[in-house]
Amino acid sequence: MNIPIIDLQPIWISLQLATVTVGILLVLATPVAWWLAHTQSRSRVVVEALVALPLVLPPTVLGFYLLIVLGPHGWIGGPVQALTGSSLTFSFTGLVIASILYSLPFVVQPLHGAFESIGKIPLETAQSLGATRLDAFFSVILPLARRGYLTAIVLGFAHTLGEFGVVLMVGGNIPGKTKVISIEIYDRVEVLEYAQAHILSAGLLVFSFVVLVLVYSVNRRLPVQVT
Amino acid sequence: MPVMVEAEEVHVAVASNFLNPLKKIAQQYKQDTGNALIVISASTGKLYAQARHGAPFDILLAADAKRPALLEQDGIGVMGTRFTYAVGALVLWSLDSEAVQGAESLAQMNKGRLAIANPKTAPYGKAAQETLMQLGVWQKLKPALVRGENIAQTLQFVATGNAQMGLIAKSQLEDPNFKLKGSHWDIPIHMHDPVTQQAILLKPGRGNLAAQQFMEYLKSPSAKNIMKQYGYRDIKKP
Repeated sequence: MNIPIIDLQPIWISLQLATVTVGILLVLATPVAWWLAHTQSRSRVVVEALVALPLVLPPTVLGFYLLIVLGPHGWIGGPVQALTGSSLTFSFTGLVIASILYSLPFVVQPLHGAFESIGKIPLETAQSLGATRLDAFFSVILPLARRGYLTAIVLGFAHTLGEFGVVLMVGGNIPGKTKVISIEIYDRVEVLEYAQAHILSAGLLVFSFVVLVLVYSVNRRLPVQVT
Repeated sequence: MPVMVEAEEVHVAVASNFLNPLKKIAQQYKQDTGNALIVISASTGKLYAQARHGAPFDILLAADAKRPALLEQDGIGVMGTRFTYAVGALVLWSLDSEAVQGAESLAQMNKGRLAIANPKTAPYGKAAQETLMQLGVWQKLKPALVRGENIAQTLQFVATGNAQMGLIAKSQLEDPNFKLKGSHWDIPIHMHDPVTQQAILLKPGRGNLAAQQFMEYLKSPSAKNIMKQYGYRDIKKP
């Protein structure tokens, strides 16, 4: 039997994509989750529903709209094309945008839950002791919410690694740019190169399992302590 | 002329380039015989892989001769039923009415993306790759390539403006449903290996009279006529 040669590039692109996506999502999702946890506003349910949409929509819906919006004639893709000379579809940046939308609920929801269980009191106490709001958030809330953050990071990362349908539609399968691990597996299966498909699939399976086991076990040892 | 058989369903797996012509042929076929086709379309490579894994297709209409021959060898295709039903043609197409002038449009391409079908799974993608190599622009254009999963997605990339140009099937350009405008260049036949599209009866269709009848129907003048309207080349050898 031949020893199959594994192209590492798709793995590397997937890891980069997941890292960048989660990084951006943490910054974007924190204020949204905080607002959702503490607002009395009626529009809360609308925002909650919007955040949860990628959970229920088929990736093809997201892919279809992104293809139109990010393309050279789209509201976002058009101006970007005019400024930079290249459109967002079929680019790594386009995949980052797609992944942010796709993985949004996986980051917002754990944070929302964490902020809700912490409540407002720790922040108010810190402020009454003279801390600024931002300072209080970073030194009081963030450590208390670390369980939520850990879950958000891991789920966001793993979900982005597992992305397929959206990437298939807006990625264009470009080696070294948009050919991620899931597309590589799909390509290998299509041309009946099962040895490579097996290695990549088993790798992803084991990786995902180990990551989830780690999260659950760490989460057990990291109780939320409100002092 | 077709023999009358009881109305039966035929599952036809078809390469994406031939989907719309097949639908049209199916309409005519239904009028003539009362039998309905259930059509499944994807790239030839994907349909081949599915057939190998027990997909319940009665007939495969591939975009190459290689996969039907392999299916025959594997015992999944019925020996002796394979024949060439169409010869495809490739075109370079752009939405922009001035972007495509001829071979030089590829040589001079310096912005945007060129869409082709995935050469590994789609015969039109293979023909596209051969053409680009023949023209000596493969290395140069490689960074600009986007690969569609099949020829239908390749067309979609160009039609939405996401790719500036694309190498698509002539049958798509000629498709009255698409009403495609813009500019195009017919790729000369010697630029790539001929896109010999073969049909084969598959094991699940062996006992299906309607399936056998449809294989014959594909050779009929009314089917040939529809293929001609879609820009397929004449089949030279019998």
